[in-house]
Amino acid sequence: MSEYHTPTVRIRGLSREFDGVRILHDLDLDVAPGEFVALIGASGSGKTTLLRIIGGVDTGATGELAAPSERAIVFQSHRLLPWSRVWANVALGLRGRDVRKRAEVALAEVGLHEHAEAYPKTLSGGQAQRVALARALIRNPQLLLLDEPFGALDALTRLKAQSLVADLWAQHRPAVLLVTHDVDEALLLADRVLLLRDGQIAEEFHVDLPRPRVVGTPALTELRRRLLAGLGVDLPIQETA
Amino acid sequence: MTTAPPSSLAAVEVLPDHPPTSLAGAAPAIAKKSALRRLAAVRWATGVRRASGLVAVLVLWQVAASAGWLGALLPTPVQVWDAARELTASGELQQNLAASVGRVAKGLAIGLSAGLVLGLVAGLFKAAEDVVDPPLQALRMIPHLALVPVFIVWFGIGETSKVALILIGPLFPLYLNVLHGIRGVDSRLVEAATSFGLGRLEVIRRVILPGALPQIFVGLRQAIGVAWLTLVVAEMTAAPHGIGTLLSDARDALRMDIIFVLLIIYALLGVATDLFVRLLEKRFLTWREGFAGV
Repeated sequence: MSEYHTPTVRIRGLSREFDGVRILHDLDLDVAPGEFVALIGASGSGKTTLLRIIGGVDTGATGELAAPSERAIVFQSHRLLPWSRVWANVALGLRGRDVRKRAEVALAEVGLHEHAEAYPKTLSGGQAQRVALARALIRNPQLLLLDEPFGALDALTRLKAQSLVADLWAQHRPAVLLVTHDVDEALLLADRVLLLRDGQIAEEFHVDLPRPRVVGTPALTELRRRLLAGLGVDLPIQETA
Repeated sequence: MTTAPPSSLAAVEVLPDHPPTSLAGAAPAIAKKSALRRLAAVRWATGVRRASGLVAVLVLWQVAASAGWLGALLPTPVQVWDAARELTASGELQQNLAASVGRVAKGLAIGLSAGLVLGLVAGLFKAAEDVVDPPLQALRMIPHLALVPVFIVWFGIGETSKVALILIGPLFPLYLNVLHGIRGVDSRLVEAATSFGLGRLEVIRRVILPGALPQIFVGLRQAIGVAWLTLVVAEMTAAPHGIGTLLSDARDALRMDIIFVLLIIYALLGVATDLFVRLLEKRFLTWREGFAGV
């Protein structure tokens, strides 16, 4: 990128403690407009905390944070209101006469148009997470925050959901911050993978590879090995030779 | 047999001179019809099962009471039925029933409103809970029926003391269930709704109240039950009209048949209001996915 952009997210010196335990310490982070950033780290490393701070649901941090107000979170569990129909969940908090129509359009984008009238209890885990994705996208966010959204899905459903996210990102181009513990997921989707360790961004990996990406190509495998090494998992180099 | 109309499914199925091929076009319709019939049969069987216990009790009662096995003072169902007709024919029952229902309606209207408002305020605002909850918990422990003498001294023996007594009973169960219903709402849903920009009132309307509703209905059912119970006690102390008045008159006249009519009326009133709340539940809680039993 030759052109200078004001970053969508700009964080300087961010710290967060829980009961005296330091989770994030003096952390800096920029996310450019339209950039897809994956945040990876061992469990308990504070990646979800960082996402919650950026998303405005955790207000206990100190430091400097600039994030757009047009942001939307897809949580680890879908968090749909069980008493509202699917379309009303998607349109939650929106006003205007055409919200129903807009909700249906958003549902069509995630392939669930025909479930608009259903209650969430009738949806599978993957479908519910897609509804949660539609609920985020209908807000045309400048920043989309994904908190391990596919963690609870089975492997096959997860692959489909990942490619759906890739498509939707390519179409709408919000900046995305994806929190995940899945190294392959991070490498398939992100422009940049950040490794969170000791409350800071310890390592940064640029994934300058064309999309759609396929797991197992040599370049991706090499990145994967380095990422896993950063997470403390050392794989032999000749593993995929 | 051959004169059986073609619409009679059982006949069509057993008749050998109606080969299945001649029915090919009508097959889906017939399948649907027979499914509906099966459903109707299942429902009917369930209805019979449910009624059988009740009928058995009535028959046993009639036999035992007329044989005198249960003492001389137990009326038979037939005698109870006759007493009911006598009370209805004179208009006595309707008049007193209206007086009683009116009292319960007034008491419930005030008591339920107060319970709901107090529960909402305490549930939504922690500071309000700190203020409201301790006195209500303390008052709740007083058996409200023990307030009869107090209310008579304060409000006299007229309507006011009766309605006051009926409104106290239902207040506490509704308050408690509204408060705990709100406390039981998944805070992650509230967080998600807030993150999507919902204001405080919208969060209450879209998330907290619907989430608390199942528990609120439990409170409503308990509250209404308590109201009927309180009615009995309130009316047995010097009321000019009411089911309870009839009851104490019947006691004084040793009319066991009338007493049984009134007991059954109390039961029916309770069942009717409970059924009403259950209908509301059915209408408003369709989204629930709790364990429905096997």
